[in-house]
Amino acid sequence: MAGKTAAKKPEGRNSGGDADLLAFYRDMLLIRRFEERAGQLYGMGLIGGFCHLYIGQEAIAVGVEHARAKGDQVITAYRDHGHMLAAGMDPRGVMAELTGRAGGSSRGKGGSMHMFSPETGFYGGHGIVGAQVSLGTGLALANRNMGNGAVTFCYFGDGAANQGQVYESFNMAELWRLPIVFVIENNQYAMGTSIERASAETHLYKRGASFLIPGEEVDGMDVEIVAAAAKKAAAHARSGTGPYILEMKTYRYRGHSMSDPAKYRTREEVDEVRKTRDPIDHLAEHLEKQGVREDALKIIDAEVKAIVAEAVEFAKASPEPDPRELYTDVYGA
Amino acid sequence: MSQDILMPALSPTMEEGTLAKWLVKPGDAVRSGDVIAEIETDKATMEVEAVDEGKVEALLVDAGTEKVKVGTVIARLSGGASFETPAAPAPQDDVKPEPAPKVDHAERDALPPKRHPEEGAPAPVSKDDFPTGAKLTKTSVRDALRDAMAEEMRADPRVFLMGEEVAQYQGAYKVSRGLLEEFGDKRVIDTPITEHGFAGAGVGAAMAGLRPIVEFMTWNFAMQAIDQIINSAAKTRYMSGGQISVPIVFRGPNGAAARVAAQHSQDYASWYAHVPGLKVVVPYDAADAKGLLKSAIRDPNPVVFLEHEMLYGQEFDVPEGEWLVPIGKARVRRTGKDVTITAYSRMVGLALQAAEVLAGEGIEAEVIDLRTLRPLDSATIIDSVKKTHRIVAVEEGWAPMGVGAEIIARVIEGAFDWLDAPPARVSQEDVPMPYAANLEALSLPSVDKIVKAGKAVCYRS
Ligand SMILES: Cc1ncc(C[n+]2csc(CCOP(=O)(O)OP(=O)(O)O)c2C)c(N)n1
Ligand SMILES: [Mg+2]
Repeated sequence: MAGKTAAKKPEGRNSGGDADLLAFYRDMLLIRRFEERAGQLYGMGLIGGFCHLYIGQEAIAVGVEHARAKGDQVITAYRDHGHMLAAGMDPRGVMAELTGRAGGSSRGKGGSMHMFSPETGFYGGHGIVGAQVSLGTGLALANRNMGNGAVTFCYFGDGAANQGQVYESFNMAELWRLPIVFVIENNQYAMGTSIERASAETHLYKRGASFLIPGEEVDGMDVEIVAAAAKKAAAHARSGTGPYILEMKTYRYRGHSMSDPAKYRTREEVDEVRKTRDPIDHLAEHLEKQGVREDALKIIDAEVKAIVAEAVEFAKASPEPDPRELYTDVYGA
Repeated sequence: MSQDILMPALSPTMEEGTLAKWLVKPGDAVRSGDVIAEIETDKATMEVEAVDEGKVEALLVDAGTEKVKVGTVIARLSGGASFETPAAPAPQDDVKPEPAPKVDHAERDALPPKRHPEEGAPAPVSKDDFPTGAKLTKTSVRDALRDAMAEEMRADPRVFLMGEEVAQYQGAYKVSRGLLEEFGDKRVIDTPITEHGFAGAGVGAAMAGLRPIVEFMTWNFAMQAIDQIINSAAKTRYMSGGQISVPIVFRGPNGAAARVAAQHSQDYASWYAHVPGLKVVVPYDAADAKGLLKSAIRDPNPVVFLEHEMLYGQEFDVPEGEWLVPIGKARVRRTGKDVTITAYSRMVGLALQAAEVLAGEGIEAEVIDLRTLRPLDSATIIDSVKKTHRIVAVEEGWAPMGVGAEIIARVIEGAFDWLDAPPARVSQEDVPMPYAANLEALSLPSVDKIVKAGKAVCYRS
């Protein structure tokens, strides 16, 4: 059983070379800018319903993606925009789904919380807290039985960690030695409830202990540390040894969804994290120290802005779904 | 290049709000993510964040202004450095730098309204069953529910409330506002997100003699707990030969909400109304919400109490003082001789509007608010059909095996010879709830669909 030995930064830091770090920077920035625009479109009434932004947590989806091999699957809850972009889904299709248009990745039927992309290995996009944990366990069961060597990365929150089906899944996953990495995104709040107010054991990496699943706590605000931890966990799962738990310590900057005033925490608390632990600022500083010119980052900024702007244009211009679409996709043939 | 900042919509149903406070002044530089203003709605205070860099050019709405419509320009920013693309070539040649953000008011105005289009002003309610001389107070459905719980908790120390976000957050939809302060944390309990567990714990506490009110944040999440509701709450009295009683209320918002898609937008009325041992209550207005919830809390049986998010903010007259509405009695909300329309919860408002339209075309509809689905007040429905000879059954859920199907079966059993036309149903289309605004509107029951059905059973087109 791994104890509370948090993963260390890999020696020599950029194990994959500077190219990786710049890619991390770009991918995190893409999520940040995408989410900011999504928030803006929500305020303009172009996006409706629930819209849960991933701002602050970008290092996790991006770092874990680094450990993903072709064929590996990702599954998560409703706070899913970041995971979809990291998995390589087209930002235009994601944004157009947010605006409920025919060009959306679910053709306008699913919205923010329900997008899927089997070709990139993304299995949703689920609105019921905890449901994706059993579903992810099933994806891993399929991997084992088909012998395809694939690993499932199954994300859930600190709030979801209290659902019963999580523990039913842990037991099955270890019992059957399933190739799955459970990635707990502990952003310290489930809606308005802080983890201390909802959990008897707040160290969530220990939650697999009674099922004999190894777990460790990871600084989820540092993309390099996340990537290293994910690689190690994926190797464990892929080797046929069974599941692995990574508890990512992170923070969401925005309210739970667009309509949450977030009065359960102080502005100082949020500002403090933004100022001292922001995953993007942190990596930018590191890159500059390493001698990457500010210009190089500016170019990435511009590239990312252009991608997001194009996604927004696409999402606005795409037509509403054809009314006949109302009755399609209920059953397959 | 300058950028307009608009009054944002901070929830699916927000239409206007108060600009409570500015946190910036003209000349200030802001970065993306900086909080620039605070906005208040009837539910909450929210922060508005800048979404781009720039300098505040002008604040166009004074702090303290009330009823600022969503979409109003509240401030102007001048574009900052981040809008300029660095001289170096962009790595991809098919992507253009972002143009200056431009606000297109025509586009904004053309957007669908935040409310469902058929959600008009609350329909007038006949006051006939209020006690004569009672003082009436305009109360929102949200506050009426809270008042019912507070009054019953004051009267009976066994009553307590438990659920996600009910205490410190004051309820995800602010229904339990003020209860934690008054009753303390043993009687107003925040639970972890563990529906199956806390529903079961509620049933256990009821078996032991307490009177729990279990709030589901929405009924969609009660599917995690449906085993405890049916297998434990509904059946235990019977299985124990009458020795054990389970006096519990399961409550929360049910039915369609705005634009939240298939997993968060569904009417469960027929699911629970199917089960012997449960009572199922579906109020429309605030007086019924209050009077029926008080009756539900006092009832010795498990009661499934289905509220509606889109009604929470609507205000209706509620009589002051002790006010109870009996479970199991429908209410005729409008009398008419040509067609009977049955409805429950939010559909009552739509049915009343449809009756108004039908009256304009010479068809007098009688609108029955069912109020309770189990036990169902068949007598009121059958008496009405014997007079009108026609029935349209409206429900928000799917038609197959549904509430309308049951009502029509009872009408055929009880008034077959009085019917002059085949019965009609109006319901949600037989598909999961779509997200897209146009598909969602098409899928839901509407005033128009009820009017069409009303005419069809009268053989009018
Ligand atoms: C079964 C169920 N119960 C309640 C909800 C309402 N709900 C949506 S998100 C949420 C909080 C979840 O918090 P957490 O797991 O920490 O994820 P985070 O939102 O922080 O990403 C709740 C209670 C739901 N969607 N499903
Ligand atoms: Mg959380």
